[in-house]
Amino acid sequence: MTQRPPRPAADLDHQLAELEQEIGRLHVRARDHSESRETEIAALEQRAAQLREEIYRNPSPWHIVQLARQAQRPRLVDFLGSLFTDVIEIHGDRLFRDDPALLTALGRFDGQPVVVLGHNRGKDTKENIARNFGMPYPEGYRKALRAMRLAEKFGYPVISFVDTTGAHPGDQAEERGQAEAIARNIQEMSRLKSPILVVVTGEGGSGGALAIAVGDAVLMLQYAVYTVISPEGCAAILWHDASRARDAAAALKLTARDLQDLGIVDEVLPEPLGGGHRDAEAVYRVVRDGLGRHLQALREVPREVLLDRRYAKYRRIGRVVETLAAGGDGDRAEARP
Amino acid sequence: MLNWLRRPKYGTVERREMPAGIWDKCPRCRNLIYRKELERNLMVCPKCGYHHRLSAVERLEITLDQQAFQEYDASLTSTDPLGFEGYGAKLAEAREKTGQAEAVITGDGTIDGRRTVVAALDFHFMGGSMGSAVGEKITRATERAVESRLPLVIFSASGGARMQEGVLSLMQLAKTSAAIGRLHEAGLPYLSVMCDPTTGGVTASFAFLGDIILAEPGALIGFAGRRVIEQTIRRKLPDDFQTAEFCLQRGLIDMVVSRAEMRATLARLLAFFGAPRVAPAPEEPAPAAQP
Repeated sequence: MTQRPPRPAADLDHQLAELEQEIGRLHVRARDHSESRETEIAALEQRAAQLREEIYRNPSPWHIVQLARQAQRPRLVDFLGSLFTDVIEIHGDRLFRDDPALLTALGRFDGQPVVVLGHNRGKDTKENIARNFGMPYPEGYRKALRAMRLAEKFGYPVISFVDTTGAHPGDQAEERGQAEAIARNIQEMSRLKSPILVVVTGEGGSGGALAIAVGDAVLMLQYAVYTVISPEGCAAILWHDASRARDAAAALKLTARDLQDLGIVDEVLPEPLGGGHRDAEAVYRVVRDGLGRHLQALREVPREVLLDRRYAKYRRIGRVVETLAAGGDGDRAEARP
Repeated sequence: MLNWLRRPKYGTVERREMPAGIWDKCPRCRNLIYRKELERNLMVCPKCGYHHRLSAVERLEITLDQQAFQEYDASLTSTDPLGFEGYGAKLAEAREKTGQAEAVITGDGTIDGRRTVVAALDFHFMGGSMGSAVGEKITRATERAVESRLPLVIFSASGGARMQEGVLSLMQLAKTSAAIGRLHEAGLPYLSVMCDPTTGGVTASFAFLGDIILAEPGALIGFAGRRVIEQTIRRKLPDDFQTAEFCLQRGLIDMVVSRAEMRATLARLLAFFGAPRVAPAPEEPAPAAQP
């Protein structure tokens, strides 16, 4: 579109913020002094629109983090309503309570029975408080495991939607065995005898995400993120400076494309320009299409092959070298796991 | 003692800071302890019972019988797959400081004559953090246990996943847990020992998947950090929060075992789960420590 040389997106972001401030100031001045500033405002608006377009076309990792956190992004209940029929929500871990941060349901996809589960994030403060912002307690993971066992018993596929900043960091979650609940899920998902499809739709926050994200195919929306730690947390711990979150977002390689390159994500589902919240229907379409294709492919795989493939998929992940002398300068070779 | 790795003996951080290295100040009771006495007591304070953190080498030395330890993958290390700022230097520094290539030592040896695959994480190596190499070594060790039909004992001491390898580190939770799952399916025993500290991603994977979970007294064990939790709940946590004793009381682990009793306890458990004795029991019992 534009002929200007590309600039770092962070720079664009800064420019846009300044432009928006300037436009605001002009509006105020026009009102207070009854002056006409319309031509000036229109010119700045046009420039701002251009910048937005540039940012959207080639968003930086930090922009993508912002898009992934967009409050109006499609949530699990939206996907449930648009992609599944005959939906019956089921509740409780049978041990402690029903965790509203993690939703489990029976439903049909293309007429076939499936078990659906995921982080149940809301769209406004009221919803989010009721659902603890989609941050599960241990009972949430245990509820998810119960639903997965149900799927296994009847041979139904599991479809898991990932969208959480992370596990709930509270004292009660610790006391009730948060770590054990996550570890158990990860282990059991690695050998569950049902096909498992995972879609990362928003934030994939560390262990709280992985606890429902081990599967045969991991799909990820273009502007979703998946990370071992939040960029803010990473910057605070490593550089003692939370304001360097932008740098951490780039360093952590947390975007869908990065993760596809690293062999962690199997397919990136494209989003409309500017983010999924601008056209939810378009998001439902790509997710429906992606799920349909992968589900069809997985249905044809014999169970033993399915489990061996799933094991091999995770077995491969990681980059290591073997040197001749420990810590020395021996010949380096890529290790083959 | 085993001498399979050239390495300064007892190179733990606290002690390096002591001048001349003859006396150690106990971080808990503040008493000055003669270092020889502390070493004789398995690095447990004879005055207050404080369990000093051990390096992986020290851990294996006090746990395994005095005979050949077969180390696995000694030269396997992480690379810097993401080109993460400062990671290369940190890795080099950790290698220099510990004399180890990575934050875990794996291999097989015998405990009271019973052969077992064993892994010990080293908190002194980048906080025992799990990146690709730690995940790979734990996974390979677990797979070797399955192939050789041996039990598995893992001593954990880790701050969690290694941030500098991003999601590759997070995926090591999945890789190691999947391997442990296969070990369980094969009907082999896995004893998980949590040492101070065992937190974050290591707790959310192999450390909490043991058939039996043991912990050293006073060890910090938890998923989320104290500060983050205090910010969330907006109040101070009790001092004993996330200690081994706290976890035992909440039903999260099976037993808290002092360092002096650990070897014998592991031997009893291995015997119970049917691990055959492949070598005669060592003539000299492991050095006994006072509580």
